[in-house]
Amino acid sequence: MTTVQERLRSYGPGALVALVVIVLALLYPQYVESLGDLPLIGDFIPALSSMVIMIVFTMMAVGLNIVVGYAGLLDLGYVAFYAAGAYTSAWFASQQFDQWTFHFGSVGISKELPGIHLSIWLVLLIAGIFTALAGILIGLPTLRLRGDYLAIVTLGFGEIIPQVVRNGDNVFGFDLTHGTFGISPIDSPGFGSVGETLGLPLNYQQSFEREQWFYWTALALLLLTVFCSIRLRDSRLGRAWVAIREDETAAAAMGVPLMRTKTWSYAIGAFFGGVAGAFYASFKSGAFPADFYFNISVFLLCMVILGGMGSIWGVIVGGMILGYLNVEGLATLGSELQQGGIDFDPTKYQFGFYGVIIVLMMLFRPEGLIPERRHKREFELGVADTPLDDVTHEGADTDREPKND
Amino acid sequence: MAATGLTETLDRLRKSGLTALIGYGLVGLVGVWLVVNLIKTPTEFINIGLIGLTNGAIYGLVALGYTLVYGILQLINFAHGDVFALSGLVASTMIVSVLGLEQDASVLAILGGMLVTLLVITVFFALVNATIELVAYRRLRRAPRLAALITAVGMSFIVQNISLAIYDVNFRSVPSFIPRSEVIGIGNVTYSWNKLAVLVITVPVLILLTWFVRETKQGKAMRAVAQDTEASAMMGINVNRTISVTFAIAGALAGAAGIVYLLQFNMRYDTGFELGLIAFTAAVLGGIGNLSGAVLGALVIGFIQAFNEGLTWYTPGSDWTRTIVFGILIMILVFRPEGLLGERTPEGA
Repeated sequence: MTTVQERLRSYGPGALVALVVIVLALLYPQYVESLGDLPLIGDFIPALSSMVIMIVFTMMAVGLNIVVGYAGLLDLGYVAFYAAGAYTSAWFASQQFDQWTFHFGSVGISKELPGIHLSIWLVLLIAGIFTALAGILIGLPTLRLRGDYLAIVTLGFGEIIPQVVRNGDNVFGFDLTHGTFGISPIDSPGFGSVGETLGLPLNYQQSFEREQWFYWTALALLLLTVFCSIRLRDSRLGRAWVAIREDETAAAAMGVPLMRTKTWSYAIGAFFGGVAGAFYASFKSGAFPADFYFNISVFLLCMVILGGMGSIWGVIVGGMILGYLNVEGLATLGSELQQGGIDFDPTKYQFGFYGVIIVLMMLFRPEGLIPERRHKREFELGVADTPLDDVTHEGADTDREPKND
Repeated sequence: MAATGLTETLDRLRKSGLTALIGYGLVGLVGVWLVVNLIKTPTEFINIGLIGLTNGAIYGLVALGYTLVYGILQLINFAHGDVFALSGLVASTMIVSVLGLEQDASVLAILGGMLVTLLVITVFFALVNATIELVAYRRLRRAPRLAALITAVGMSFIVQNISLAIYDVNFRSVPSFIPRSEVIGIGNVTYSWNKLAVLVITVPVLILLTWFVRETKQGKAMRAVAQDTEASAMMGINVNRTISVTFAIAGALAGAAGIVYLLQFNMRYDTGFELGLIAFTAAVLGGIGNLSGAVLGALVIGFIQAFNEGLTWYTPGSDWTRTIVFGILIMILVFRPEGLLGERTPEGA
């Protein structure tokens, strides 16, 4: 057995940096206001509520990284998992199904309130599991396809699910999703009266320090995701993912079960997307079909690419940078420019901007800002990424008429 | 492991041919649905079919661009749909502002104007598409396939935002200088001039393309590179030039599609995204890399979309169009990944 000291030493200076960052992040609510008073950069400091959104999206990016970064499967429909998570939270913690009244661990609301109201903590777990199952269902028919087909099928699912949600207000007479109006309000997390005696808020939404509590919870969820992600990467499963990513045929020859391993990456990636989606829905107290569109998937993918595919720290950095630009940065920049007399609205072109980032990164630094060692070598040396199961793709017009040649 | 169990079951199903049975069953259901609709409302059915034919022709032009590029590089060129949208927008400027074609222009002016527009737009967007390949994809030819694919997604957003920057969020259209009066009308079945115009442009383009790929030296080079890049390089084919030419042709097709689309509908900066996806679905449906497959797939998708939006008996309606199109895509990939006209490998896929 290694002692704690030895283990700490084996992590190197990275662990110390991580620790400092975590402490600084935990204390962020304490000093955010004084940061806002700083000259020049003061306006650019993200508010606490923006930080919550940034962290939620970073969490999704870390989840997507499991699929794209570890297993090398391009998922262009991650937004579907986000939507699944958000709607799970809307189903189990709102008045959507007001034909039933069922309360379990709900906090800060009247027990007579119709609808299903489970504790949000439980809902987060349910959302994760439900989304993971959805991931398996999507994955089973599609994961045997070659990488680019998989991308397009996931994209298809990402497009189908919002439309199903939008049209889901009359599923054989049953109002499942409340159509374009979305479902709102959604219950808020809290610790109930038991927690109140310990100084924790009964219900976040009703608490005076609402944003602070949401922030800390988001941070805790992110840390949990990161922890799981690191443990997974170093596990047997994680090594199997890397093996498949680098050479599917060789991995299969070594006894790695391809389908099962890929499906797991899908399910686990989906799990975190679902939890993040459910938490976000609870934070903004609603799930609306307009929130789930293709651009979100690309936005998340851009975070992973900017940071470095497969590199957790990279993805966190990429996620926070892009999350910041999306939530606040570009808007602030726009208003600053406006004050400077330049009439240019950067938020309008934000996705063009992400497109530029994606292309530039892929061309000049495909391994990302903080590269993962192994991925970097793959980009330098190449991989054998021809799928094991494949269909032929003959050339333009194929060679079916040899008489013409 | 429930997942594995299911996979194995799926595998067994695939081998026993039950998947094929389910597939044919689904196709049969669609057939029944079409026949019942035809019997109930025959004139509408034919009218809607003509709309489907027109839309399918447009999808076909775009789908060919996907399939050409995929055939040669195994790359889904996501930017293709956005190049199409930009070409349509530029064509609208050209028709309205540069040429100033009006609704009451003479037939000669309209014909001449359209020909000039077609020529300028196809040449320009051939260059644009070849440039995209040169700038974004060429460096990644030896990189993992994921890298090029991701770059294509990025390029798609860049092109889309170029359209947004130039044309803002408003829809653009051209005056309906091609009359919407009917060419032929039998009873209530009508076929209008503006629908015919789509075919008048599309069919020659297809013939030209087929001739080019089949008969010319460059076309043969394209097929050779698509089959085996290294071997064709050894035979003295200039691979880089061949790939550039392929992208140029795809760009020209996108340009032609943009003009044709503009004759029928309004378009704006993001029109290309959805249409691109539909066209890609069409290419996969027909068997990606296969030119006639792309056109066939596009016609099928065009018909399905038109019937879904137009028919009345047990029809999901336009709210579900996107779901149906992508549902087809997923079904095709599950039941017949090589597409309608594709062929299976000897090893069995």
